[in-house]
Parts: sequence; C-alpha cells; structure tokens
Amino acid sequence: MTQTARTYQDVSDFDSWKSTDFLPGGIVTDAGNSMLYITGGWRSDRPVWDEEACTHCMLCWVHCPDSSILVKDQKMTGIDFDHCKGCGICVLECRFKALEMIPEPDSLSSEGGN
Amino acid sequence: MADVTVLAATGNQMVAEAFRQAAVDVLAAYPITPQTTIVENYAKYVADGRVHTEFVAVESEHSAMSASVGASAAGARVATATASQGLALMWEELYIAAGMRLPIVMANANRALSAPINIHGDHSDIMGCRDSGWIILFAETAQEAYDNSLISFRVAEHPEVQLPVMTTLDGFITTHAMERCELMDDATVLDYVGQRVPENPLFNGPGPVGHGMFASLGGSYFELKKAQRAAIDNSAPFIQEAGDAWAEVSGRPFEFVDAWKCDDADYILVVLGSAAGNSRVVAEQLRAEGIKAGVARIRLYRPFPAKEVVAALKGAKAVGILDRSDAFGAEYGPVGLDVRSALYGEGLLIPTRNYIYGLGGADVTLDAIHQAYAELQELAAGKLDQSLSYLGTR
Repeated sequence: MTQTARTYQDVSDFDSWKSTDFLPGGIVTDAGNSMLYITGGWRSDRPVWDEEACTHCMLCWVHCPDSSILVKDQKMTGIDFDHCKGCGICVLECRFKALEMIPEPDSLSSEGGN
Repeated sequence: MADVTVLAATGNQMVAEAFRQAAVDVLAAYPITPQTTIVENYAKYVADGRVHTEFVAVESEHSAMSASVGASAAGARVATATASQGLALMWEELYIAAGMRLPIVMANANRALSAPINIHGDHSDIMGCRDSGWIILFAETAQEAYDNSLISFRVAEHPEVQLPVMTTLDGFITTHAMERCELMDDATVLDYVGQRVPENPLFNGPGPVGHGMFASLGGSYFELKKAQRAAIDNSAPFIQEAGDAWAEVSGRPFEFVDAWKCDDADYILVVLGSAAGNSRVVAEQLRAEGIKAGVARIRLYRPFPAKEVVAALKGAKAVGILDRSDAFGAEYGPVGLDVRSALYGEGLLIPTRNYIYGLGGADVTLDAIHQAYAELQELAAGKLDQSLSYLGTR
C-alpha cells in the first residue's frame, strides 16, 4: 500500500494548505488541535474576573463549555479570551461575585482591549 | 484454479452473491422495490451463518447510508442497496460519503421517482445523484451487475481512489429477469477483491484521528472540494485496472464504453443499461439492409469517459442519445448533455438527437429503436433539427 499524503500532520498552518496537502477527506491525525481554532471573536460580552473575591472553588471551571477558565496549581489564573465565547455561564455559576459580564466594547476602556 | 458455476439467476441474486463473496463487514439497508431481494437474499446468508457481516436493520435509507458512513470511517468493508425514493432519501449522506472519501459499495436498482407514484425501471433516481461524487457503473445484464459489483469493491477501496461506488442495474428488467449467469467460486473472488486496508480508520488505527471535520472560511472547504474532484477524475485508470484484472479472472472484458460496431457506423445510438440489447438487435437488422448502424453503451458513467465516448462516435454522421430520465429545465437529458459536451470538447459538431425513452418502466420496443435510427438518417440529411425528442409516447 502506498502512502501519498502525510500520515501525521502539523495542522497549525492548515489555512495555507493547497488541495494536495490534505489527507483524503480532510482526515486530521493531529489530536488536540482545537486549541488552534480561535473562537474568541464570536464574543459580544466578556466575563471580568475579580481576583480578590475569587475563592478558587472551581465552579466556573467545571461549567465553562469552552474550557476557557485558566487554572494553575489548583488556582484560577485568568480567562482564555482566545476561546471564551462570552456565554456568561461562569458568571451565573459564581457564588462569590468574582465574575461579572460587561459588553465587549466597554472592555476596550476598562482593560485596554484583547 | 477458478471454478465457475453456471446458473439461472436474477440481477438481484447475483448482486447478493457478489456482496457475500466480497466478505462484507457491515451491511445496513432498508427494503425498497425493486432492490428488496438483494438485501433479502443477503439477510438469509446472515441467518444461515454463511457470512460474518454485521447486518444493521435500520429505520430508513437516511439511516442506512449514515450507518454505512460510520462503518466505513471505522475501517469496515461496507455495502448496501437501495432504489428510487430510498436513494433520494439518502441524498445528504451520499455527498458526505463522497466528501469524506469513504469506500462504500451500493447497488441501486434504477427506478422512477415520484410523482406520479411508479415503482418501475428508469434512470431518474440515479441521475439525480450523478453529481454527488460517487463513481457510477451501469450494468446491462445480471452477469454484468455481478461483475460490476465485484469490481466496485476493488475500485472503492483502492488507496489511490477511496471513493464510494454505485453499481446499478435497471429496475425489474435486470433486477428481476432471470438470465444465464456464471458465478465464480468464493476463494477466487476473495482473492480478487482482497482485504480492505484503511489508512486512518476510526477503529484500530495507528492513532487518534478526526473524520468529517469542519472546514469553513479560510478556503479549506474549497481546497478539499478541489481534491475531491481530482480524486474522481484520477480514478479512471484504477477502474480500468480493476476491470482488466477481473476480465483476466472471468474472461469477460471490461470497457468504459462498449462500442458495438461503431468503427464504421454512420448512425450510432448512445445508451446506458438494459436498453442496449434492443438497440443492437435493431442495428443488426439495419446492417442487413446495408445501413451502417452502431451502438455505444456507456458502462462507466461517473467519472464520465468523455475520451472513450468521443472515440466511439467520431466517425458517425448522426448520433442518437437515449436518456431514461429527464433533466427538467435543462436543454437536454443528462446523458444528452454529457455526450454533446464531450463532442464539443473535441471540436466535433456531429448532429445529435436526444431521446427521452422508457420512463416509469415504459416499454422500449424495437419499433421505437427503428424510429430513432430512421430519424438519425433524416438528421444527417438536414431534414430534422436537434431538439429534444421522445420515443414511445402517444
């Protein structure tokens, strides 16, 4: 059996691939690549994190459908705005008023944009 | 050593035998006339323990093709069968199977589409999916339905092809009429079709893989569709190779276009499937009268063998193109459009007349074929135009 296309791919540059660069049917053999797909641009509202109020209970981390609550050593460290779609579930679940939603345009003044 | 059994069999029986001998892993199907006896026969093989196949009794053809897509992505050898409304219900999965480059072999018992309701043979169903990306073969006889079905597995699963293939036979005429057939022994067939060796299956593959991925803006969808076009265009030599290899085993030749007495013919009819027999009978009668008639029967319809069609027709004074379906609103029927385009591509402005015939199982009589050849002579003499015409309507 002959192998005409790459068996294991680095898909980070797939936006520049020609038709002959893809495996038949667009099969992807490089697992875990959804990190490369930036979906943060879909957001119209964004969560703002108050680190002082946060108890690191991880309720937001459990509920976030986009795995966008960043955690290190069992502590929340921030929000992954490359992938947060602004659904607001984290704010709804937070028991400690450590998260609030603000309109995306307001974040330009309060945080200097993303 | 090949061991041949001669038997009286219907086209459906022969397709079921082909599927059995190909050692299909998964067969998901839903009954519909006139395909039903293919799967009925196959279900008996399963019940009798003659095959290892996982038989999936689904609730619709939509599910039959969905299950086939999943099983093929998993790495299985997959077959199914349908007809008419069933094929129409599969429409979205047909495109998915081709776009995902999944080898699936499907038999279609070519049948009319509603409305009006009609269960009989024509090519309306199959022509409705001619652009779906499937390789499509037309059988003239029960024997050829068997041969095409076996060739289909080898083509579909070839690493350079990886496309679904439809092996079609005309409803009732070929599916149900009993003919003299030759059945090859199981071991020889299994040796011919080989084993499927999937490159990146969902099960038991070399690592985690994603099938049926999202390709949105940014051009990936476009690039993959370009790759899909290249795949079906480039499949022709592998189809010929598979056909030749079967010809070597069976002794029956495989040609994309069966150009019967076309070499010196002035008047040629282009035909698909079961109507070729009547066309040859009439052509033979005309030749006895000194009229040089020929018949070009297209066996491989997708990818369209334009080069071979032109080679068969290039010396003719007039060509009649028989269409057993209509492409409503287009200038001609589907085969008419294909053939005229192929001729134009080679700079050949041979006058053609496109005939719609035999819709809903209407008889294709010898008189009707005579009428077509007679009109071709008038067409060549400039006494008729090239407008769409009918054979057999009142």
